[in-house]
Amino acid sequence: MKQLQRHLGPETLPLIAVLVLIIAVFSFASPRFLTGANFGSMASQLPVLGLLTLAMLVPILSGGLNLAIVFQANLSGLTLAWILIAFGGVEAGYGAFALGVVAAIIVGALSGLIMGLVIAYVGAHPILVSLAMMIFLRGVGEFLTRGGDVSGFPDFMNTIGYGTLLGIPVPLIIFLAAAILWHIMLKRTRHGFSVYMIGSNIKAAEYSGIPTKRTLTLIYTISGAICAVAGIVMAAQFNSVRVGHGEALLLVTVLACFLGGIDPFGGFGRVLPVVIALVILQVLSSGLNLLGANQFLSIAVWGLFLIGVMALRWLVSWLARTRKWGIM
Amino acid sequence: MQSSAQDAGTPYVLQMFSVSKTFGGVRALDDVSFEVREGEVHCLAGENGCGKSTLIKIVTGVYTPEPSADIKCFGQSIRSMSPKQSRAMGIAVIWQDLALFPHMSVAENIAFDQMVGNLPRFVRVGSRLDQVKSILDRLGVQLDLDAPLNTLPIAQRQIVAIARALMGDARLIFMDEPNASLTQSETDHLLEIVRNLSAQGVAVVFVSHRLAEVLEISSRVTVLRDGKMVGVFPTEGMTQARLTELMTGASLQQTVAARDRSAAKPVLAVENLTRHGEFENISFTIRAGEILGLTGLIGSGRTELAHSLIGMTKPDQGAIYLQGRQIKPQSIRQAIDLGIAYVSEDRLSLGLIQPQSISDNSSISVLKSLLNQIGLLSPDKQGQMVRHWINELSIKIGDPDDAVSTLSGGNQQRVVLAKWLATEPQLLILDSPTVGVDVGARAGIFRIIRHLAENGLAILLISDEVTEVLFNSDRILHMNGGRIVNEYDPRQTSVDALEVQIYA
Repeated sequence: MKQLQRHLGPETLPLIAVLVLIIAVFSFASPRFLTGANFGSMASQLPVLGLLTLAMLVPILSGGLNLAIVFQANLSGLTLAWILIAFGGVEAGYGAFALGVVAAIIVGALSGLIMGLVIAYVGAHPILVSLAMMIFLRGVGEFLTRGGDVSGFPDFMNTIGYGTLLGIPVPLIIFLAAAILWHIMLKRTRHGFSVYMIGSNIKAAEYSGIPTKRTLTLIYTISGAICAVAGIVMAAQFNSVRVGHGEALLLVTVLACFLGGIDPFGGFGRVLPVVIALVILQVLSSGLNLLGANQFLSIAVWGLFLIGVMALRWLVSWLARTRKWGIM
Repeated sequence: MQSSAQDAGTPYVLQMFSVSKTFGGVRALDDVSFEVREGEVHCLAGENGCGKSTLIKIVTGVYTPEPSADIKCFGQSIRSMSPKQSRAMGIAVIWQDLALFPHMSVAENIAFDQMVGNLPRFVRVGSRLDQVKSILDRLGVQLDLDAPLNTLPIAQRQIVAIARALMGDARLIFMDEPNASLTQSETDHLLEIVRNLSAQGVAVVFVSHRLAEVLEISSRVTVLRDGKMVGVFPTEGMTQARLTELMTGASLQQTVAARDRSAAKPVLAVENLTRHGEFENISFTIRAGEILGLTGLIGSGRTELAHSLIGMTKPDQGAIYLQGRQIKPQSIRQAIDLGIAYVSEDRLSLGLIQPQSISDNSSISVLKSLLNQIGLLSPDKQGQMVRHWINELSIKIGDPDDAVSTLSGGNQQRVVLAKWLATEPQLLILDSPTVGVDVGARAGIFRIIRHLAENGLAILLISDEVTEVLFNSDRILHMNGGRIVNEYDPRQTSVDALEVQIYA
């Protein structure tokens, strides 16, 4: 048990317990909860939020934040859309799609690279830099689209949005693959190691020979690239791209990170608990939806839930402390 | 020489008998007694973890002692104490980190306790200004009252903390490691202030690692070891060696260990190195297996010179040769790859990443060697490497996954050494390697350093503690005002002679 706890991190098991509990409650409350249709709809809603959360996760781990993620996704989606349209819109072939995907990822990564360079070399605070990038991208996007939708994609785009492979929705496969990649990147690469060290003490990391500037630049570049993937999935699911799509997800990604035990000051946190936290959020909103609750109510429940989790964490650590010091 | 405070007739301000405290299963204090007289300068000595801080926290009401305790404060019997009560009685603690507010002005910091109350109200520091001024006069110091605290050097911040304690009419002041980060002359100034306070009837209890100063100023010393009382001793006639023995329970002989290494091959050669405003025309050589001491006051350019050797800053002129080849490191990473390791003087914020694990801290500089065939970090290799160094340097730890901040100063410094030795350096630069490390643990660290030198490592030992350089170096360079002003052979000089040269 202790070995398992150590391997999964202290956050994981309690979150799984919470997840099981919530699923049990909803299964009991609604006969439609434990159905393939419901799981299918959850599986198609989760990935975009999940991919954006991965984009938020690493900057937070390094002690920063990326407020531009949604608009980075939008602009990348737009890039794909324009290339598809240039190659005939509905008629566009796989080649055009592949080109569009590459261009979208380049746009996402480039916007991240610029942020990373400014943060690393100018030393500006990530909140300010990413806020500026967010406003810039939003302005550029709205100017280019005049605030409207860009649509008219080939049919095979649907497969990415709603298709399945071996019964698993394609977007979910993309997200899970990215999550596994993120886990490996953070726990098994020099870059990931550097992210944690920078998040705890960037000066001491530099004195230890960690290439702090390069690492910071890379963190935001990779964050931008995964935003682009989110933007592509969004384009496929909505069958259109509009600047501002998914704007409400920005703060939910931060919520998911904190719920998953990422230290808000950086330096500590893992991918797995964050993924479970995402599933919890999705189950909460789908379950409440099935019970006929208002959509806004389910957002309120998310907020309450985070407050509850923080109180619980405080209680657990307080109990541990009092036991350790023999005060009780 | 000491004030009359040690006369038997002087009343006690604090008397504690049979004080015990247990945390979990650990007996942090075991039947300890502690007495301080009015106006006395008393030293509380002992290694880290001996119970010094627990004792202070009991006096100030942070911890409640076990019921056996009998405490009298200013003649009054005390059952239990709260932090507020203890302050009201005139007990103040100046913690090592000072607990000041960096962005507030000097005056605001000094008058802080008078400005905050139970209820929100308007804050008028102006009304307290005269009082603040008179306290600084009492201390005999001049400070710019409007300057933000963070613009002041550490030594002056310490004075602000003392002034703040006096604002609250403190009659018993505990100072936790007050001189840990001060230079010799700053320490001298602090000691003068303390003498002043003592003459005014304020009792001061010093908690310090730096025994020389402690012996010089205090009249009595209470020694604790492993939570138990070793005894109370008058400082008259007490020597550093004897006190160390009492603290550690082992006798420690310090002798000059210098050897002649002039035949060995040079590892580092510095020629006319200059960085304007920091150091000028620095030339020296360190040979294989040689420990070169570099001493001088803080601000003499010692640390700045080290920073240029490791690529943190760029020298304006001159050349650095490593193993005969000229090098121009552009970053710390490059310096590491060239074979230069730098143990920073600031272990807390630069030397280690305190909240992260012992394991990660010791492998941070050698990640490349921990990769497996497909280029991913191998936990097995990391585990092996960490175990190897923990054994090699006898680091006492619980679990390698524990945060490095859970270790004592001495063990933390060993982790720093492990981290740098893992890089297989040819030159090891040690900048004040024993700051905040217990006397007993210091000897252990120097044993390691000596051993490394015997195996051929070239070592630059930077320190402003004269005894440290004298007993551990093969040669000593003295830096002053950015220049090397003299060179000494440890075998032909003494602590006193060196101190005169450096501090006079």
